[in-house]
Amino acid sequence: MSELVLLKHITHPDSTSIAFYEKTGGYQGLKKILTTYSPDKVIDTVKASNLRGRGGAGFPTGLKWSFVPKDDGKTHYLCCNADEGEPGTFKDRLLMERDPHRVIEGMIIAAYAIQAEVAYIYIRGEYGLSIAMITQALKAAYARGYLGQNIFNTDFSLNIYVHKGAGAYICGEETALLESIEGRRGQPKLKPPFPAVAGLYDCPTVINNVETFVCVTHIFARGVDWFTSIGPEDAPGPRLFGLSGQLQNRGIVELPMGLSLRELVYDYGGGPLTGQFKAVIPGGLSAPMIPLAGLDVKMNFADLAAADSMMGSAAVIALDETTSIPTVGRRIAEFFSHESCGKCAPCREGLPWASKILNRIESGHGRSGDIEQLQVICGGVFGNSFCALGVGAAWAIRATLKHFPHEYDALINQQTIPVDDRTNL
Amino acid sequence: MTAAYSKQDIIAELTVPIAEIAKCYPTQRSVIMPALYLAQETYGFLDETAYRAISEILEVPEIWVFELASFYTLYKNKNIGKYNLQLCTNVPCMLRGAYDLFAHLQTRLGINKGETSKDGLFTLTAVECIGSCDVSPAMMVNDTYYTNLSKERVDKLLDQLSQADTDPLTGNEPSAGNEQ
Repeated sequence: MSELVLLKHITHPDSTSIAFYEKTGGYQGLKKILTTYSPDKVIDTVKASNLRGRGGAGFPTGLKWSFVPKDDGKTHYLCCNADEGEPGTFKDRLLMERDPHRVIEGMIIAAYAIQAEVAYIYIRGEYGLSIAMITQALKAAYARGYLGQNIFNTDFSLNIYVHKGAGAYICGEETALLESIEGRRGQPKLKPPFPAVAGLYDCPTVINNVETFVCVTHIFARGVDWFTSIGPEDAPGPRLFGLSGQLQNRGIVELPMGLSLRELVYDYGGGPLTGQFKAVIPGGLSAPMIPLAGLDVKMNFADLAAADSMMGSAAVIALDETTSIPTVGRRIAEFFSHESCGKCAPCREGLPWASKILNRIESGHGRSGDIEQLQVICGGVFGNSFCALGVGAAWAIRATLKHFPHEYDALINQQTIPVDDRTNL
Repeated sequence: MTAAYSKQDIIAELTVPIAEIAKCYPTQRSVIMPALYLAQETYGFLDETAYRAISEILEVPEIWVFELASFYTLYKNKNIGKYNLQLCTNVPCMLRGAYDLFAHLQTRLGINKGETSKDGLFTLTAVECIGSCDVSPAMMVNDTYYTNLSKERVDKLLDQLSQADTDPLTGNEPSAGNEQ
């Protein structure tokens, strides 16, 4: 894509100032919406754009907004999920640090659409600079009258508050995020009822990702036709891809969905750091890795699902030939085991067990039957855990077993340690 | 928190700021997380005295406070060093040498994971992804990010932190989008 949209002003030195944001058209779309659009028209516009959530699940945003009951007399809430914790993902941090007003404008538009008068932006506690930039931007937006009572002299009022997370990956799961704002442990809740009906404080609630809000502002600034003209029909619009791992060039690139994983890691990532790629993780650590032979898969929801993986957060992590896959498998298991919230037994018990076996294999003490045992454990977690954390963990671990069984076998049968001496982490 | 602070001291000091935070939420329970942060920032870490003080200020059961303090990893229940070295060891950092760096830090400081150096300056922590995958390996020192780390950079940083009279931590290093 020749023209950058989401990242257009990201490197401008004044990108965080409200004056600069206004000068480049910021908050003008909001004024038009609040003074001339009905909330339903806003929802219909977003529906027509076919925008799909940029957090991980890819749910259609307009449809999600339309589930909120109308005129039910209840308080409605909007939440921005800025608990970016999926390993490999760092796009929301960039947006909040460098373009905070755009995130806020998108939130105000969404709040108007669902008639919410209170919104929370849940930012992970590690993102100190994001919290500072958003807080500063909120203050400026209040001072200009974009937030608070009777915005643009309309009946619409909105307050946005920052809720600082405290180091729990699971709070990126939307019901856990709501629990956390309510002052509880971040443990997912059973759905239904879905948050749109009974969410925060049991009231109708919409939760969207940071990048999703940013996309919303551009849909209203440039129109539905522009948005749907970019990328595949079922997943239109620009998207931020994170490139990390063993690549020549790392960073965030803005591209339409639908290009191949191979193009991403070669044309944009510059190819492997050493030798050849072994595998690439296409959508954050919970997305199953795709081996070198599968790199022609198109980066869209359907094709990645057909390849037994997922788009996730579009965080691409590349592994080259110097990397031991069992080491990565062990680290994946350790991460999810550490982040399991403890609510359900399959995840709470299964992931530490898998982690223990993978550690044993990696350190050269694998036993015959370990791989079969891992398969049984992953099968027990997958589909039986309460939320997607366990599912993603088991799925990602299984992919390492499926695509690289020989590496595990070699470790177990030779009883040697092929990677350099591991530190005692 | 030192023994110098009693429950009454904390209540006297934090009641007003906590009431200010409470305006953002419809329930007192929601205020517990920000109140814990406030107490931690004020006293260094959290203990039973702090939990009780917060539960009394917010008029919520003490277990509600404790269950959050013990669930979320950014709440500290013991004193840590002046500089908390939080090296990310998740996959994107691991692939770029984070384990070697961690071993280097262990050797240089003579401490293991989770321990604090004898002079009280450094605590060594291995953390999960901190969102700096494009500039890994990465580490947070307290709230400040240090990225594209090498053994040489880490040594230089530790030298600076060891010698500085004042807190040399200034400014984060924002992640930057790639030029396309």
